[in-house]
Amino acid sequence: MADCPLILSANFDKADSHTLAVYERDGGYSALRETLGKTTPEQLREEVKNSGLRGRGGAGFPAGVKWGFVPQDTGKKIYLLVNADESEPGTFKDRFILDYDPHLMIEGSILASYAINSGHCFIYIRGEYAWLVDRVQAAVDEAYAAGLLGRDILGSGYSLEMIVHRGAGAYICGEETGLINSLEGRKGQPRIKPPFPAVVGFLDCPTIVNNVETLAAVPWIVNNGAAAYTAIGTEKSPGTKLFSVSGPLKRPGVYEIPLGMPLRDLIFGEDYCQGMAPGVELKACIPGGSSVPILTAEETMSANCCYESLAEHGTMLGSGGAIVIGHETNMVELLKVLLQFYHHESCGQCTPCREGTGWLDMIVDRLLQGRGRPADLELLEHVCEGMIGNTICVLADAAVMPARSFIEKFKNEFEALLPEMEEPQDYVPTTSAAELPH
Amino acid sequence: MSDQSSEPKIDLADVPGDGETSVATDDSAWAFSPEREQRYQEIVRRYPTNFSAIMPTLWLCQEEWGWLRPSIPEWVAERLDVPLSRVYEIITFYTMYYTEDPGRYNLQVCRTASCHIMGAQKIVSHIKERLGVETNQTTDDGMFRLEEVECLGACGMSPMMQVGKVYHENLTVQKVDELLEKWRNDG
Repeated sequence: MADCPLILSANFDKADSHTLAVYERDGGYSALRETLGKTTPEQLREEVKNSGLRGRGGAGFPAGVKWGFVPQDTGKKIYLLVNADESEPGTFKDRFILDYDPHLMIEGSILASYAINSGHCFIYIRGEYAWLVDRVQAAVDEAYAAGLLGRDILGSGYSLEMIVHRGAGAYICGEETGLINSLEGRKGQPRIKPPFPAVVGFLDCPTIVNNVETLAAVPWIVNNGAAAYTAIGTEKSPGTKLFSVSGPLKRPGVYEIPLGMPLRDLIFGEDYCQGMAPGVELKACIPGGSSVPILTAEETMSANCCYESLAEHGTMLGSGGAIVIGHETNMVELLKVLLQFYHHESCGQCTPCREGTGWLDMIVDRLLQGRGRPADLELLEHVCEGMIGNTICVLADAAVMPARSFIEKFKNEFEALLPEMEEPQDYVPTTSAAELPH
Repeated sequence: MSDQSSEPKIDLADVPGDGETSVATDDSAWAFSPEREQRYQEIVRRYPTNFSAIMPTLWLCQEEWGWLRPSIPEWVAERLDVPLSRVYEIITFYTMYYTEDPGRYNLQVCRTASCHIMGAQKIVSHIKERLGVETNQTTDDGMFRLEEVECLGACGMSPMMQVGKVYHENLTVQKVDELLEKWRNDG
């Protein structure tokens, strides 16, 4: 895999990689210079479509196809919203781009804006990444000063306004319509689709929401061509992807890999995580951020890091946030931690999610307190059944998928907590389980 | 309304986290520092609607005064000419806008997946013991507050906590002790 080009992380280790000077010194903004005035937006959209680049935020929708959904004849403004609201547990990859190569994301965003004929771009960064808001703002200021943003970019006649917007602590704003509502100055509650944002989005205007990592791949595709991109990875998963790997490992971190690489190589490979920490054995892995179904150790050893192989294993690539779990971790406790996350982050709009995440959290909580009831696993499944597919966005599904897969694959740990006979139990939720969702 | 000419009626220098709250008695008591007033004007000029400008304006207020003190929401609503309910919609939905004093050092320990696996609860228990507080409590001297928060995106550097703008990563109990000691000395 050593011969795979670094498309997203080439600059991460350079000194002052976040500055315009270093970015331009090593060829940065050449894709933009080669595009403006020389390539039409249609040609650029076509190139990205042909590259097969898929959305790296979690959904995996082809980026070029999404751009093609923007109606060009409405007379309304068109917006590009950069989703830097990275909040999926296990995911910390966009953070590295924002920190070590903000200009890569900015160049990709300018190119994407140009491709959809947008003159207005917002970068929505999660509120907790406060220092990255400063970092990106400084990079945007540099780009304005160099004539790479603003009116008549590089004398091409194309103009783009870019605003860095700080979120304020809400996981749900990573959902694209939640992000749009938030940016409109509302609660970040997702909207019913259709209409899709590409047609009716921010301020009812055509809007594209793209993940940071998706946009960061665009300059390389422009420079090297779609064919070079599809030559990397697999047929259905072209290109490279950043994986953020966490857990009891020798060397956790963010790694760029060609899609299709075995997951075991990422965890045990010398160039990557170098295996489990001393004395720890692999027990399980959540490959794509906490919202996707968990893999057992055996499944982890046979899966590849690409959309199709992970789908065959009953899970998803998601955001590429791989959480590696060692033999010492109690799966019921870990599920409880995840469920309290979804309980806390449910926006409260849809009843199945608002109530369901709370019930899942409290039922697992009472199991852990030794106050479970014999039919609690059936009850959990009953609640899951009522949640999945019954809500406006996928947050409910994101809670159900770990819940179901944890119980299915580590059933003995759950069953060990079930009492044999029903008896009246006084259960008082712990502080965290009793928290009301916002 | 324009606050450019009005004199600030509170002493900005000693406001954030000083324990005693200076409560403005009328809306005109609040005024940004000149630098923040300039940033505010730019926000209003660049954002497409004033509703969109509520979040960044609240951030400016929190930077200026440490937290959203009573009557600041009213002042923001008036300055942006938006209904007060829309300002409260934002303040109550998002977790990072404070309507009470978060303390001098607000220790926000991540408790989600990877941090949990890597021992976040050990860190939380240690802080509780050291400071004699429970989660969501502030020490009697107003110096430290302990919070358990959801995933902060530092999973590979877990366990971790955020204090102010800074992420303290790969935490151990020793590291926590050193930080607490340092902050005590810094006051």
